[in-house]
Amino acid sequence: MPLDVAAEVLFNTHLSGDYNVLGLAAPEIAASAGPGQFVMLKSGNRLEPLLRRPFSVFETLEADGTTTGLSILNKRIGPSTTLLFEARPGDRVQCLGPLGRPFVPVAPPDEAWLIAGGVGLAPFAMLAERLRARGTAVRLYYGARRASELFFLDAFEQLGVRLILTTEDGSRGLHGRVTAPLERDLGDRAEPVRAMLYACGPEPMLAAVARLAAAHGRQSQVSVERVMGCGLGGCYSCVIPLKATGRGAHYVRSCIAGPVFRGDEIEWR
Amino acid sequence: MAVDLAVGIGALRLANPLIAASGCFGYGTEYGDVIDLSSLGAVAVKGLFLTEREGHPPPRIVETPAGMLNAIGLQGIGVHRFIAEKMPELRARGAVVIVNICGTTIQEYVELARILSDVEGVAALELNISCPNIKEGGITFGCSVHGTADVVRSVRAATRLPIIPKLTPNVTDISSIARAAEEAGADAVSLVNTFLAMAIDVETRRPRLSNIVGGLSGPAIRPIAVRMVYECRHAVRIPIIGMGGIQTAADVLEFMIAGASAVQVGTANFSDPMIWPKLVDGLRAYLERHNLRTIAELTGTIDTSAREKEWISS
Repeated sequence: MPLDVAAEVLFNTHLSGDYNVLGLAAPEIAASAGPGQFVMLKSGNRLEPLLRRPFSVFETLEADGTTTGLSILNKRIGPSTTLLFEARPGDRVQCLGPLGRPFVPVAPPDEAWLIAGGVGLAPFAMLAERLRARGTAVRLYYGARRASELFFLDAFEQLGVRLILTTEDGSRGLHGRVTAPLERDLGDRAEPVRAMLYACGPEPMLAAVARLAAAHGRQSQVSVERVMGCGLGGCYSCVIPLKATGRGAHYVRSCIAGPVFRGDEIEWR
Repeated sequence: MAVDLAVGIGALRLANPLIAASGCFGYGTEYGDVIDLSSLGAVAVKGLFLTEREGHPPPRIVETPAGMLNAIGLQGIGVHRFIAEKMPELRARGAVVIVNICGTTIQEYVELARILSDVEGVAALELNISCPNIKEGGITFGCSVHGTADVVRSVRAATRLPIIPKLTPNVTDISSIARAAEEAGADAVSLVNTFLAMAIDVETRRPRLSNIVGGLSGPAIRPIAVRMVYECRHAVRIPIIGMGGIQTAADVLEFMIAGASAVQVGTANFSDPMIWPKLVDGLRAYLERHNLRTIAELTGTIDTSAREKEWISS
C-alpha cells in the first residue's frame, strides 16, 4: 500500500555535474519497496513544475540494523531533476511510494544479466543485492557516455557482480553501445542458456535488449519510463503498447501494469 | 461548534462538496488503497463509451506554467466492463459514484443512460459534451445551444438519475449553454472542462502532444473558471458544480462563493493524491472561523455591492 510522506533530505551526494544520489527519510516506504519499484517525488510545494516525477528506488538506507530511508539516483535534465540535484539536507521532498511492479528475481541455476544505460542503473543496486542474496550469478552490462559517468562500480564488485562496461567515447571499457557486448555473449555457445535479462535505460536500448533476448532464446524483463502524471493509474498518460491478439496493440498504464514488463509483451515501435 | 459540510445537488445529497473530477481519478478503484473513497462527496469516474477505446498515442500530457495539457483521447474499458469489474468495488468501498458518459451520437448517450439507470450504486450521470480531444460527438454537442439541449432532453427522457452536463469553456457564451441545459431538464451543470490549448518544442518544431492540441487544466485556468461559474450562477437556477485548478480549501471556497454548490478536483489529485482530507480540514476551519454552521449557505454569496458589474445579463 503506497504511502505519502514529506521526507527530509538526509544527504545529497553529487557524483558529477549532472548526477547525484539523494537520501530521503522515508523508512516505511523503503522497508516495503522491491527492486524496480518507484517513488513519485516533488521538491517543494510550487506550481511549476506542477507534477511529481517518478524515480526508481536506488538503495534502502540502514543504520544500526533499522531502515532509515531510501535513496534515488538522479540525473539533472529538467526543472524537477534540477531541484532534486540542488536539494540540501533538511529540505523536504514529497515522496509517494512504493509504486509499480518490481522485477521478478531468478534463482540458481539461472543467471541474471543486468543491462543498464546511464541513469538506468538506478534499480539495479537493489536487484543485484537481492539476486546475490539468493546465490544467483549476476553480471552487469553498464553503458554510459564517458568513464566519469560510470558510477558505483566498487559497490557492484563487492556484491560479486561481474562488470562489462561500455562508453560512447571509448574512455573506459568497450567503445560503443552496451548492447554490443550483450549481443556477443548471447551468441557465444559457451555462455549459459538459462539467463534472465534485466534492462533499464533509454527505450531504444530496451527494445534492442528485448529483441536480442528473443533472438537468442532468453527471457527479458525491462523497466520502462514514460511521461507519467500521477503514478497511481489515475491519469492514463504513461501508457505503453502491449501486443494484443487480433487488434494490434493495447495501451496499458506503465505505472500500475509496470514499470517492469516482459520484453516480449511490449509492442516495440 | 459542529459544522456541516453536506451539500445538495438537486436530489443528490453529498457528505461534502468535494468530487473527484472525471478523467483525473481513473475509475476510482485505483485510489481505493490510498484514500477512503467514502470520505469524498462523490467520485466522477473516467468517461465511458458503450465500447472500449484505446485513446491517443503518447505523449499524452505535457506540463505548462502552473498547469498541464492532456490529450488522453478517452481511453477506457466501456460501460459493460465498468459495471462488471469496477462497480462492485466502488459499492463495497462506499463511494458515491457519478458516471461520466460519452457518445458519438445522441442515441449512444441515451443507451448509456438506460444501461446505467439499472445499476445499483450509480448516483448520477455526468454528460461529457465537452472533451476537447476527440473529434466525433461529445464537444460537437456541447459547443452549441441546440446540441446541448438535444442531448440533455434525450437523456432526460431515458433516465430518472440526476443528469449533469459537463460544459466546455471553449464557447463564446457559456451561460447560454448552461441555460439551454437547464431548460432541457438537467439537474445541475458542471463546469469547466479543459481549455483547448497547445505547446510546441521550439528545438524540433514539433507539438509536444501526439494529438497536437490538448486540454489545459490546473491552477493556470482557475480565474477563468471562477468567472464562468459566476456568469452561469446568474443564468440558471439549477446547482453548479465548479472546477478548474483547485489546489486548496480557499480555492474550493472561491468557486462556492462565486456560485458553485459543489466542486470537482482534478489535476491537483495527480500531484497530491492525499489532498482530500486536507481540503476537508481547511473547509471546516473556514466555517468555524466565520461562525458558519453549513457550507451550503456559502453558495453564491459573493458581495459585489461595492462594484456592480453591469455586463452580466440575467
